[in-house]
Amino acid sequence: MKNPFENLDRVLEHRVRLQIMSVLIANDSYDFNSVKEIVGLTDGNMASHIKALEKEKYISVSKSFVDKKPNTKYKATERGRTVFKKHLDALEELIKQQKK
Amino acid sequence: MKDIQEYEKDIASIRTMMERSVKFISLSGLSGIISGIYALIGATLAYLLLYYPYSPFGFRFYYVNEQAVMLKLLTVAVLVLIFSIGTGFWLSSRKAKKLGTSIWNKTSRQLLRDLLIPLMTGGLFILILLSRGYFVIVVSACLIFYGLALIYAGRNTYKEIQYLGFTEITLGLLSAILPGYGLIFWALGFGVMHIVYGAVMHFRYDT
Repeated sequence: MKNPFENLDRVLEHRVRLQIMSVLIANDSYDFNSVKEIVGLTDGNMASHIKALEKEKYISVSKSFVDKKPNTKYKATERGRTVFKKHLDALEELIKQQKK
Repeated sequence: MKDIQEYEKDIASIRTMMERSVKFISLSGLSGIISGIYALIGATLAYLLLYYPYSPFGFRFYYVNEQAVMLKLLTVAVLVLIFSIGTGFWLSSRKAKKLGTSIWNKTSRQLLRDLLIPLMTGGLFILILLSRGYFVIVVSACLIFYGLALIYAGRNTYKEIQYLGFTEITLGLLSAILPGYGLIFWALGFGVMHIVYGAVMHFRYDT
């Protein structure tokens, strides 16, 4: 059988990035501040992780204004969803093998 | 390569993040109990206004015909509502602080939106009923619309809220079958049931 470690995604091995992706997988879209609050990050921290996920095209960004305040929303892309699913399957497989 | 326990933690955190981002988890069970107590106090006041010294179980036809009595009843109902919302807001923001989140976030906004549509509809409908003098089904309408609102909004919070919704609808329908016992059903639905479900939620999630 193939080694499940090979199926793990390097970007998602970082827990904060995995957490951000989890929020975006479970919801249609989520805004910057709400993601930041749920995951428990600072502004700067959040921005750098978001940038990493954006670079990999796991998430898409849409910027708009609500009451003249900038409102940035994130969505998981198809690619992001596929990678997330594969990563989750690999995690489960790893834990299953360990328990045998 | 990480330790296997780290991967288990990864899976656990996926679960937490998904749940927290979808559900409003700061809803306080204790505030449910206290709202129930306010409602029972309100129901007692209403009883004193309407029936006293007769038993509340006695069946009667016209009891809210006088405008003065109706105004007093409305005042009691509105006061119960204001105190309940106030307490709910206060205790839930306290719980949110304890959980390290805030009361005003995406999940609470969603919850509020979902609640407002059926509640506003019900509220307007009840005002129309009152203005037309259809007092006999006002309590039914209160309970049914409240129940529908809870079932609709309950998707985004603890599942007990939906069970409470089904209970309120059942009581509302029963109350329509048994006109004249409105106050009893109102006290059961808004008083006793809030205390029961509030207590369940308090012991399951608050402690």
